[in-house]
Amino acid sequence: MLIKKPADIPSSEITDEDAHLNRRSFLAVAGIAAAVIGSKRLPALPLVARQEDKPNTLEEITGYNNYYEFGTDKEDPAANAKNFRTKPWTVKVDGLVKKPADYHFEDLVKPYKVEDRVYRLRCVEAWSMVIPWQGIPLADMIKTFEPLPSAKYVQFTTIYAPNEMPGQKLAILPWPYVEGLRMDEAMHPLTLMVTGLYGKTLPNQNGAPLRLVVPWKYGFKGIKAITRISFVDKQPRNTWQISSPNEYGFYANVNPEVDHPRWTQASERRIGQFRRIKTLMFNGYAEQVASLYAGMDLRKNF
Amino acid sequence: MTATSLKKATLVVVAVVPLAVIGWRFYDNKLGANPIRETEIQTGLWTLRLLAITLSVTPFRKSFGWNFLAKYRRTLGLTTFFYACIHLSMWAGVDWFFAWGDMWHEIVKHKYILIGMTTWLIMLPLAITSTKGWVRRLGKDWARLHRLVYVAAVTGTIHYLWAVKKDTFFPLVYFAVFSLLLGYRVISARQKSSREIRPRSDASVAA
Repeated sequence: MLIKKPADIPSSEITDEDAHLNRRSFLAVAGIAAAVIGSKRLPALPLVARQEDKPNTLEEITGYNNYYEFGTDKEDPAANAKNFRTKPWTVKVDGLVKKPADYHFEDLVKPYKVEDRVYRLRCVEAWSMVIPWQGIPLADMIKTFEPLPSAKYVQFTTIYAPNEMPGQKLAILPWPYVEGLRMDEAMHPLTLMVTGLYGKTLPNQNGAPLRLVVPWKYGFKGIKAITRISFVDKQPRNTWQISSPNEYGFYANVNPEVDHPRWTQASERRIGQFRRIKTLMFNGYAEQVASLYAGMDLRKNF
Repeated sequence: MTATSLKKATLVVVAVVPLAVIGWRFYDNKLGANPIRETEIQTGLWTLRLLAITLSVTPFRKSFGWNFLAKYRRTLGLTTFFYACIHLSMWAGVDWFFAWGDMWHEIVKHKYILIGMTTWLIMLPLAITSTKGWVRRLGKDWARLHRLVYVAAVTGTIHYLWAVKKDTFFPLVYFAVFSLLLGYRVISARQKSSREIRPRSDASVAA
C-alpha cells in the first residue's frame, strides 16, 4: 500500500501499515514519540513511551461507539446502523465560498488522494482508542471550495433522517448534530475528512460515508455522516455546547489539566488495556497544534 | 438448619446470580470493548435494584399482609451492601488500581464520585448495625438510624444521574421508584402518628 506522509507530521504521529502490524517496529516508533514528547514538559515518561499506542482491533473500533443518532449505548450503533443508507449521498457546500454546490459523495472525494493516518481518539468520557483511518485532509477540500476571506469558521451538519436514525426520534440532543472548526483548525494538516478505516469503506457505525476527525480534540468534535459544510463568519454553536454549555465547549481540545465538571480528564482508559494511562496535552499532538492556541486561556476556552 | 435460614440462604444465592452472570461475561469477554466500565455500571445498577427491592419489603408486607417477608429484609439489605462493596472495589481496585492519590483527587473534586462514596459510607453503619445485638443495643434509635437508607437511595440515584452524559431516563426511573417508596413511608408514618396523638392528648387531660 502506498502511503503518503506529509513532511510536517512526524512519523511518531502517523505509523504506516507495517508498523502497526509489526510490534517491534512499532515500538521503535514509540521510542521516537517518547523522545519527542519527553523533550517537552511532560515528565511521565513510562506512560508516554506509548507502548499503548498499538492500534485497536477492528472489532473494538466498530463495536464500541458513541453515535447517539443510533442509540446511547456503546453497542447500539453497531446494532442499529446496519440499514442506514449511505448511497446516494449528497454534501451541500454553502455559505461564504466562491463555489457553493451540491456534491455527489463520489464527486466530492474523487479529486483527492486518500491518505492513511493512525490517530489517537480520546473520548470526552475518558476512554480512548488508536485508529488507522483513511481520509482526505480537509485543507485539500477547502482549497477547492475557495472560501471567501470573510469565512472565519467551518460548520458541519449531520444528516437528519429520523426514520433511519432511531436516536433522532428521542430528545436526547437537539438534532441534527452540528459541529464547527475555526478556519485555521480546519486547514490544519492533521484535520481529516475520513472515508475509511483499516483499509475498508467506513462502517456505518463509525460515521459513513463521511466524517470529520480532529485528533487533538475530544471525539465529539468528529461529526459523522456529514451532509453539509458551511463557511460562516461567526463561531458555530456545536450540539454538545448547546446541550450543556458548562460542560462542553466549542474548542474541546484534549487537555489533562482542565477537567470535565463531573470527571477527570487527567487520565484515560485505552480500550483493550487494563491500566489507566495519562492523558496527553492536545492528545499528544501539542507539537503540531499548540501554536494555534497561543495566548488563549484554555481553561476559559474549553 | 431451620426452614427460614435455608430460605435465606437460597435468597442469597439468587441475589448473587447477577454478579455471577457479570463475572462469567467478563471471563467470556462478552462485556464489550470496555469491560471494566461495564462491570462498574452493572454492579452499580444492581445495588440500586436490590435497594429498591429491600425498601419494597415493608410496603408489600403491610399492603398485602405478607408478614413472612419481614424475615428477609436484613438479608436483602446486606446483599445490597455487598453489591455496593463490589461496585466500590471495582472502582478502587480495578478502574484506578489503588492509585490512592488519584482516587482522593477524584473524590474531593468530582461530585458524582463524592456522592457515590457518601452513599457507601451511609450504608456502612447500617450494615454493621444489622445484627440482633445491635438492634437490641440501639433500641428505638435503631429504627431512626436505619431511616438513613432513604438518604442512601436518594444519594445513590443522584450518583447515577451525575455519572451519565445525557441519557437521564433510567436515573429518573429510579428516582420515581424511590420517591414512591419514600412517599409510602411518609404517609403511613403520618397515619400512625395521627392515630397515636389522640390517646396521648387524652392522657394529658387526665393528668
